[in-house]
Amino acid sequence: MTAAVLAANRFGLGPRPGELAAIGSDPRGWLKAQLDPASSVPAVIAALPGTEARLAALPPAMGASAEAQKQLIQAVLKNARDQVPQDTTARLQAAIRSETPLIERLVAFWANHFTVSGLRPVAAGLIGPYEAEAIRPHLFGRFVDLLKAATLHPAMLLYLDNATSIGPNSRAGERRGKGLNENLARELMELHTLGVDGGYTQGDVTELAKILTGWTIHRPGQPQRAIAAERGGAVFIPAIHEPGEKTLLGKRYRDQDQDEADAALDALARHPATARFIATKLARHFIADAPPADAVATLAETFARTEGDLSAVYARLIDLDAAWQGAGKYRAPYDWVVAIFRAFAADDPDRARRAVQAVNQLGQRLYFAPSPAGWPDDADSWLAPESLLARIDYAEAVGRTKGETDPLRLADDTLGETLTPESKQAIQRAPSRSDAVALLLVSPEFLRR
Amino acid sequence: MLNRRHMLSLTGSLAVLGALPARLALANAPTDARFVLAIQRGAMDGLHAVPPYGDPGYKALRGALSLADDGGAESVLDLDGKFGLHPTLPELKAWYDRGELLVLHAVATPYRERSHFDGQDLLENGTTRPHAGNSGWLNRAIGLLGGGDRRLGLALGPEVPLALRGDTAVASWAPEKLPAAAPDFLNLVQAMYAKQPTLQAVLHQAIDADRMAEAAVGDTAGMAVLRPGNAARILAESGGKLLAQANGPRIAVLELQGWDTHTNQNGRMAAALTQMNDALAALKASLGPTWGKTVVMTATEFGRTARPNGSNGTDHGTATALFLGGGAVDGKRVIANWPGLEGARLYQNRDLAPTTDFRSVAKAVMQAHLGLPLDALDRVVFPDSGGAKPLGALLRA
Repeated sequence: MTAAVLAANRFGLGPRPGELAAIGSDPRGWLKAQLDPASSVPAVIAALPGTEARLAALPPAMGASAEAQKQLIQAVLKNARDQVPQDTTARLQAAIRSETPLIERLVAFWANHFTVSGLRPVAAGLIGPYEAEAIRPHLFGRFVDLLKAATLHPAMLLYLDNATSIGPNSRAGERRGKGLNENLARELMELHTLGVDGGYTQGDVTELAKILTGWTIHRPGQPQRAIAAERGGAVFIPAIHEPGEKTLLGKRYRDQDQDEADAALDALARHPATARFIATKLARHFIADAPPADAVATLAETFARTEGDLSAVYARLIDLDAAWQGAGKYRAPYDWVVAIFRAFAADDPDRARRAVQAVNQLGQRLYFAPSPAGWPDDADSWLAPESLLARIDYAEAVGRTKGETDPLRLADDTLGETLTPESKQAIQRAPSRSDAVALLLVSPEFLRR
Repeated sequence: MLNRRHMLSLTGSLAVLGALPARLALANAPTDARFVLAIQRGAMDGLHAVPPYGDPGYKALRGALSLADDGGAESVLDLDGKFGLHPTLPELKAWYDRGELLVLHAVATPYRERSHFDGQDLLENGTTRPHAGNSGWLNRAIGLLGGGDRRLGLALGPEVPLALRGDTAVASWAPEKLPAAAPDFLNLVQAMYAKQPTLQAVLHQAIDADRMAEAAVGDTAGMAVLRPGNAARILAESGGKLLAQANGPRIAVLELQGWDTHTNQNGRMAAALTQMNDALAALKASLGPTWGKTVVMTATEFGRTARPNGSNGTDHGTATALFLGGGAVDGKRVIANWPGLEGARLYQNRDLAPTTDFRSVAKAVMQAHLGLPLDALDRVVFPDSGGAKPLGALLRA
């Protein structure tokens, strides 16, 4: 039973009613069965309009008047206001409803690894499609494909400014006196692949920025003849690409326009530092804030040996003994709220909207991570006085609406035998069912996964 | 709404938790001085906030990011004929004119790489290496003050930044967005956490801080949700009220956002600086007479490239400017061992070169304002920092 509870909480998103029984005696099998590239996208996600449709709906602004530029900006901001609530509600609904919660956890994990934040308003309205188009299709394939899809997605190109980076010696650069923007190049190595100690220099950042020039978003009204390649709403414009040979991490890249980015991303994905970095982040997410070194080494070895076969890495993680031991992880607000809503099977759109509000109020504003590093993944960041008190406030409010719930049954459905005697006693002695339910939600066991 | 934390003290929770020394302690704090660290996450461009507009290389180097000095509405606010303030900083200009603001320029921590996250970690951990420990320099400084059970440190915001994390318990405050749980329910939770030392301690701190906040700030339930545009002002205003309490905290950390200006820097810096200006104005106003005992210091992980990038922005750089404000500051000066703006004088022909160690500023404030001994500052607060001597004469005698 304990293993089923761990499977549902640590790897999943907290059990829905009956889930622990469904997992039964084969928790590893239940998890591995979810590692299926053919698994269908949740209907609420599939129903969202995609990037190209959203970009196409914007007014044209290329080379247009200041007034037209202003209209474009206003349209982008309006899109963000309209679309973020719709997209985040769909994300929550998919998570609350899912019968393959490991998949939804991985969506959130990778979307956070490759963070695009709505704090840049220009990117906010594209985060939903970014997850659907760049993250979800590549969860179970090779890391390099996920990396390419995320890096060259319009949302990322806008968020980390590659859309406005111009080769200083390109035609556009010479004509307009413009130059590089190295934001994406730096974060791509620091946060997405090699890690900050991965052995790159400022010179590598600049060279990678040159390699990435030309990749920008398909702007409404852009003349087709300017475009040499298209990829899901992103385009490659040769006139802004920095010409000439580049050298990245000691390797030379011939001048080959749009193919340079693919070649560089291939090399970054294959780099041993990337294997270690991804292994560390996965181990931290699924095992412990400070994961055991041998678990990290094992995952890095699998990553390197399989050339970044993510399904193989997840399977190895599931097989690790360490993943089924220890006190686990303190739930981030998103994890905690989703676990509550799943416990009550509260998965209609209206309640998904309320779940979004709760996540936002508890300090993890969905789609608005504070920086490109995404949300933190450790208890030091989340377990703080004000935020614990906010959870207690929220739990009490939830409890008041659940006066009909049998608290011990709910405890059994969500925590099984992991409920400690102290928590059980507190729940049993609570003066009301509402208080008992609320106590369960802030019990030490429910706060962790 | 009835104030739950006030109620709590009347409902027998003392028996549950044992003593609640911090919130009931009325003992004098070990210092009456107030200190606010305002962390500018994202790397503030010091050449934009404090333009060296009198430097002959300024206009050519900065191009579209250079500011006018024609005395018009968009013109720099002159400080000393060489340096000025960005026009969105009238409050800081007023402080300067009253002798309550020092501007330090070409300042950097010992960090010489360009990662935000490592840079911030080092800025807060007080060592010369990122991730060298799990405690912050300000937490260690508070520990040295010897406040006993009194919580002298205050994080403004729902989470505690690394600068304030460590062995010494601190409080945190953020406006409540949810209706407060009933005191009776809090008692039940406390009882449930009897064998959970970490949760128990964190909850204890929360209740403690909340009680203090209610006394100082009033009931905040239903207050506006913090947003990037208003968070700093709301937190600063409440922070000032809390610091002004005789029995309140002495040292607070405020976070200021919006500095990572890779694109459209003119607009984005104006917005970030306006938010800072308004937040610091709110802080000063809410401190009231306590302003006279206060030092506010800004800190950012590094500066930005001296030249604009291809998007009318700047990329990650090295040295930057630092503001030291407050009634305890001996101001109306710009302190800069100015490295110059010619290409060869830039760090790596790219960034404003660092000539003043951030730790020399911070240690000077800790020593002169909070009375911490230099030896402890060299070893404990900023380990192995003996080479970074505290700057002299920053504060009023």
